[in-house]
Amino acid sequence: MSKEDEKGMSLIVKTITRLTVGLILLYGLYIVFHGHGSPGGGFTGGVIIALSFIHLMLAYGKEVAFRKLSEAAASFFVSLGAILFLAIALLGFTGGYFFLNFIPKGEPFRLFSAGIIPLCDIAIGLIVGAGLFAIFVALVSLKLEPERKE
Amino acid sequence: MRILALIAVIITGAILIYGTQDMPDWADPQSPASTHVSPRYIEKTLEETATPNAVTSVLADYRGYDTLGETTVIFTAGVCCILILRIRRRHRK
Repeated sequence: MSKEDEKGMSLIVKTITRLTVGLILLYGLYIVFHGHGSPGGGFTGGVIIALSFIHLMLAYGKEVAFRKLSEAAASFFVSLGAILFLAIALLGFTGGYFFLNFIPKGEPFRLFSAGIIPLCDIAIGLIVGAGLFAIFVALVSLKLEPERKE
Repeated sequence: MRILALIAVIITGAILIYGTQDMPDWADPQSPASTHVSPRYIEKTLEETATPNAVTSVLADYRGYDTLGETTVIFTAGVCCILILRIRRRHRK
């Protein structure tokens, strides 16, 4: 820990981050998975998931955050979400048209209900979460680069 | 050139402000937007998609095509950022 203590913010911020970052990630996942039953959805949940990793990066520095979600993993999740969403859209052709809700709907207010809507939310959450994390990483590292060269 | 641009901006703004005269009033229940598709979404969401959340049913089901476009924007942005990072890393080596 002694080497990691030097990077990032102060001990207070690190302790609070260690306590809250898991709850933030869990809350983002809850919003993604319950997007059809309560307020929320893929976009908002994905943003909260990305914020939990950004929080980690702000408090502990780049290396610790990359150990949890590396750049390759982020690119993998972005692509996986996009393929999943397109596949759901194209599978609608099995019943007739693009974006048909082809899975049985089930009962309202249940976790497994509403056909393709939860699957769409998960795909959108993957794209938004990993995509916003990648955008943040690019902004941070592109800002720091020119200062180092001088 | 600047004066021409200013004139163009003023004329466009004036046309837009003139156009707002024909817009329906704020939260008018008789406006076209709230008499055509909105009531249908609100009334049929629960039986057609089994979703109590009308916003999600519109985003992911009725207007899924629109959401596909939105996610394409974010996907492109994320992939471009990853590409930039990779190019920088390769240059450093």
